[in-house]
Amino acid sequence: MKPNALIITAAGINCDLELARAFELAGAMPRFVHLSELLARPALVDAFELVGIPGGFSYGDAVAAGRIAAHLMRRTLYGALVNAIQRGVPIIAPCNGFQIAVQMGLLPGPAPGDAWPNEPPAPTVALGQNESARFRDDWRRIEIPANTRCIWTQGIEASDAGRMLPIAHGEGRFIVRSSELLDELRESGRIAVRYASDDNPNGSVDDIAGICDSSGLVFGLMPHPERFTRWTQHPSWTRLAETERGEEPLGLAMFRNAVEHVKVGVGC
Amino acid sequence: MSLAAASAVAVHRIEVRPRSQHGVSDPRGAAARREAESLGLPRAPKQIDAASVYLIEGDLTPEQVRRIAEELLADPVTEEALIGASKPRGDALIEVHPLPGVMDPDADAVRLAIEALLGVSVDVRTGRRYDLHGTDAGTAKTIAERALANTVIHGIYDHAYHPSSFPHGAPYVLRIVDVPIRDLSDAALEKLSREAHLFLSLEEMQAIQAEYRMLGREPREIELETLAQTWSEHCVHKTLKATIRYREAGDAAHGLRLAMQGRPHHEVHEDGSVTIHNLLKATVAAATHELIADGIDWCLSVFVDNAGIITFDETNAVCFKVETHNHPSAIEPYGGAATGIGGCIRDIIGTGLAAKPIAATDVFCVAPPDAFDAKTLPKGCLHPRRILTQVVAGVRDYGNRMGIPTLNGAVWFHEDYVGNPLVYCGCIGVMPREKIKGSPQRGDRIIALGGRTGRDGIHGATFSSAELTDTHADEFSHAVQIGNAVTEKKLLDAILEARDADLYSAITDCGAGGFSSAVGEMGESLGAEVHLDRAPLKYMGLSPTEIWISEAQERMVLAVPGANVTKLRAICEKHDVELCDLGHFGVDGAELMLLYQGVEVGRMPMEFLHEGLPKTTREAVWETSRHPSVHKSKLSAIGASAKQQSRPSVQDALLALLAHPNIASKHWIIRQYDHEVQGNSVIKPLVGARGDGPSDAAVILPVEGSTRGLAIANGLATGLREDPYIMTLAAIDECVRNLVCVGADPSRIAILDNFCWPSCKDPRNLGSLVRAAEACYDGAKAYRTPFISGKDSLNNQFTTESGRTIQIPPTLLISGMGIVEDVRRCLTMDAKRAGNVLLAVGVTTGNTRGSHAEMVFSTGDGGILPMVDLQAGPASARAVASLIGQGLAAAAHDCSDGGVLVAAAEMAFAGGLGLSLELEKLPDGGKSANLWSRAFSEEPSRYLLEISPNDLARVSSVLSEVPHAVIGEFNDSMRLTMPAAELDVSIETLRAVWRGPLDW
Repeated sequence: MKPNALIITAAGINCDLELARAFELAGAMPRFVHLSELLARPALVDAFELVGIPGGFSYGDAVAAGRIAAHLMRRTLYGALVNAIQRGVPIIAPCNGFQIAVQMGLLPGPAPGDAWPNEPPAPTVALGQNESARFRDDWRRIEIPANTRCIWTQGIEASDAGRMLPIAHGEGRFIVRSSELLDELRESGRIAVRYASDDNPNGSVDDIAGICDSSGLVFGLMPHPERFTRWTQHPSWTRLAETERGEEPLGLAMFRNAVEHVKVGVGC
Repeated sequence: MSLAAASAVAVHRIEVRPRSQHGVSDPRGAAARREAESLGLPRAPKQIDAASVYLIEGDLTPEQVRRIAEELLADPVTEEALIGASKPRGDALIEVHPLPGVMDPDADAVRLAIEALLGVSVDVRTGRRYDLHGTDAGTAKTIAERALANTVIHGIYDHAYHPSSFPHGAPYVLRIVDVPIRDLSDAALEKLSREAHLFLSLEEMQAIQAEYRMLGREPREIELETLAQTWSEHCVHKTLKATIRYREAGDAAHGLRLAMQGRPHHEVHEDGSVTIHNLLKATVAAATHELIADGIDWCLSVFVDNAGIITFDETNAVCFKVETHNHPSAIEPYGGAATGIGGCIRDIIGTGLAAKPIAATDVFCVAPPDAFDAKTLPKGCLHPRRILTQVVAGVRDYGNRMGIPTLNGAVWFHEDYVGNPLVYCGCIGVMPREKIKGSPQRGDRIIALGGRTGRDGIHGATFSSAELTDTHADEFSHAVQIGNAVTEKKLLDAILEARDADLYSAITDCGAGGFSSAVGEMGESLGAEVHLDRAPLKYMGLSPTEIWISEAQERMVLAVPGANVTKLRAICEKHDVELCDLGHFGVDGAELMLLYQGVEVGRMPMEFLHEGLPKTTREAVWETSRHPSVHKSKLSAIGASAKQQSRPSVQDALLALLAHPNIASKHWIIRQYDHEVQGNSVIKPLVGARGDGPSDAAVILPVEGSTRGLAIANGLATGLREDPYIMTLAAIDECVRNLVCVGADPSRIAILDNFCWPSCKDPRNLGSLVRAAEACYDGAKAYRTPFISGKDSLNNQFTTESGRTIQIPPTLLISGMGIVEDVRRCLTMDAKRAGNVLLAVGVTTGNTRGSHAEMVFSTGDGGILPMVDLQAGPASARAVASLIGQGLAAAAHDCSDGGVLVAAAEMAFAGGLGLSLELEKLPDGGKSANLWSRAFSEEPSRYLLEISPNDLARVSSVLSEVPHAVIGEFNDSMRLTMPAAELDVSIETLRAVWRGPLDW
């Protein structure tokens, strides 16, 4: 049985197709559900083993990136998504999804050992405007911290050429409320992915590109792993010999991790 | 609004700004400071603090206002909110707020969120506040006007703006206006046309007069407006479809005479002049129809729909449309460019039964930013830097929000674009082949979907067909608008779902002319009954005429069988898309009937609307002696503001050309566009070891799961405008070369024409247009590249306050798409391996006419412009494609702007490799020129290929019929060298020089 992946669509969400495709290539069965339907029936989430909150410009990124969607989802969908996490459902939130996830209280989540609060907590991290105050599309070299608990990024090996992910955002500068929280995130293995230290595109603190919650299931990041699931997406693939293009693309490896995690968990 | 009467209703003001005292930076303020600094004012601010301002009108308690501020508007980690107005923080204060009626997309989203948060209904406006440090109020005002706001759409305040209420329209009271024209003199007809902004010629006014004399009544205002919209140059291309009498004059020795005998729909007279019956049909379209008759079987729809459609694979089709949005972009570049791309995307959604947009393109022609300062800039023009920055921002914000990758483009600089910049926006879509055609059925409901109707863009179609003057910004500010991409994205999502459920029989977009064009075109043979009071409005007070011709954005019109309306409504509700039922198609006598609250406000036969336009004959002349060499024109460009009198060394010339803004890297623009959304880009606009080489074309995968690709490129050869015939052939040749270089099949390329010309009422300009059109015919046939769609904009000039008319250079953009059999065979332009050789294909005689070298330096070369050889050009394209298809090339690069040395340098630094060159070995066609001229001539039909030395023998046999030679070798030295010209420069220097000028 292929695990079911919920792809949340909404006004202005526009990376839903590539996110669905990545899940599909990794062995899941994606299904799109519009936010208007989810807000009316949050229990729809219960039927899924995986969740994706795609990138885009939800509600035009009015006020700030992801703000309006997060605001709507905080009030209605927080409980259903926390239930899903407690069921062991991996959730990925690239780009606008990450911006939504931090503002709706899903990331960075409670400290290890603490329970999820009943009401969505106030945000403690933020994704501010890029230092350049400008949208940027590019590919960046990334690193995966050895101690990460993130089930999406764990154990991924990649060649030098393949250790890259695309970015495309104007508000991706990772900011933490306090240095204590930053220390806690580091020490508890909740940094899921970093930009290479000389390849930080937006001024993010500690080169942080993505984080996870304490369970390692909820993964938010500014890069787009769903846009690196085949080698012809790589920015300089025409320079690589076919043998160098043999390994699984880094983005797809992340989705494979999550799908395998679900399959092992539910024994399918 | 009814709320306005309640006493508790007030406007609440909230400011949100970064918590700067907590060390949170303020990138928006820093960016505003950089923009202010770029103006070069004496008292530029040292620091600018930026804040967002929200004005909320509603019956709210202080606690509710606090919740809105803290829970919705401010980020608790990075921002602080203040209710009311904060004290000035610096030496001057500027606030920028949209004028009433101007689209404010953020406000719409905030209104929705407040309603979700509090369950109360409010009205919202948003604005920006800037506190400027280290400057004075006068300088701050100048900065506001030149960098932070546009008075066409913004109000600028030197204090915290906090109105006590919002302006609300008054309800409209129906008044049917008759416009007496039956007894008007010719002079009075012309006066009426001008003063009512109809922009109709005397002949057209006379035709309308005759029609209404026959009908025995005066036209109503709404009928006249409908005719003006439908008959506008923008909508019917009346110049290109007119009968034209063309003649050539002047000294034949100074120019090329065109052979006119035997061309379709051309009548050659004894005096040598020629009558062309419908220029478009006789040239651009004729080539396509002849190619189809000659075996090209993959054109599915040409020239009839909103975009041209070709076969992609067995089950899918692709379509391509390129539009211009020049005049709105001159006055409000951000909104003009955004609504330009928005409109072009809607053309794709409105093609057949709707295609899914998968790629966008953009080409801009603007004045060089360093060519004008505040003193020399003509009154009524925005500064070119402002225009370029804002058009890029407009395309970025709209394209990125739509989730359509902007993958290909170009920028061309010339000072004569100062008052009339060109903004070309293109869009490509994919659709199932069974969805390529729709037709409305009698009885179908007329369903409008999407945005609400306001006074936006009224007279846009007629405005774009007029010429610009220094007072246009005041007169036509209502023709300018701001787009709302999210409204269009929701519309797209709903329409694709409805298409796949087969819910409608036809669709088109509301573009120029609004409902009047959309319903008029769809109902041409059926007639239509339209109830204008049913259209949802943005605000009260619109007259039926305004509703009918409004060009409010993000609207589509569908013909929907009555039985399907309920299902369509459910889809629209899910996507939060507004639907309205305006009436039905099918009226006896194919009449157009316009009603308002049940009262007939307009009625006219579709036949007169669509066939009544008087046919005219226009004079066109081409005088060779009238066209002095281009290099005599004044030149200015960034980094090359004064023309150098003598030829510098090859090395200095190379460095100067790499820094020429036409050639320099456009990464500043490209990287602001999400060119990877949808995850389908295979060859991106920047390629190479470090992602900084200029790709010749983009390649995407339109269909998931297939390895069949689509290459997208353009050709633009404005440097050869001295003879538009030669220029046009060069543009077609360049477009084909670009596509071939990435791996497209040259026998599967379709192209589009976009003419932007100065006023073609001038027979000389019309003569130059005829030459370009004739070249379209000759070029398309020679390359077997059918034109599938096109557009023209034939009034691009600007009249200054002193009465001087600045005509734009005649500009023809050729856009192309080509099928790539298997994207795994695609190639990029960056050099791959030391030890590989550089092979030149094509002939280099050293003719620098029309080149950038000629623009920047006095080359001293005279003579005729280099012209495409219509046998050799296509043969080279086929040979190079065959070689790439066999996997024999490691890199391929088109040799165009800047010439062979610039192209070779680009290959080297993009690949991070050194290159030793011997340009003396270039195939010269027997005309040995000096090395300098060979290095920088921009002759057509040339390619540079990187080849493994082991493959050279096979390569030579593939190229046996085509001139070619090995001219260099890649190496690890990281230097570009050519001993014969004492050239020795590091590739890092070349790269830096190329990246610098537009690294804004």
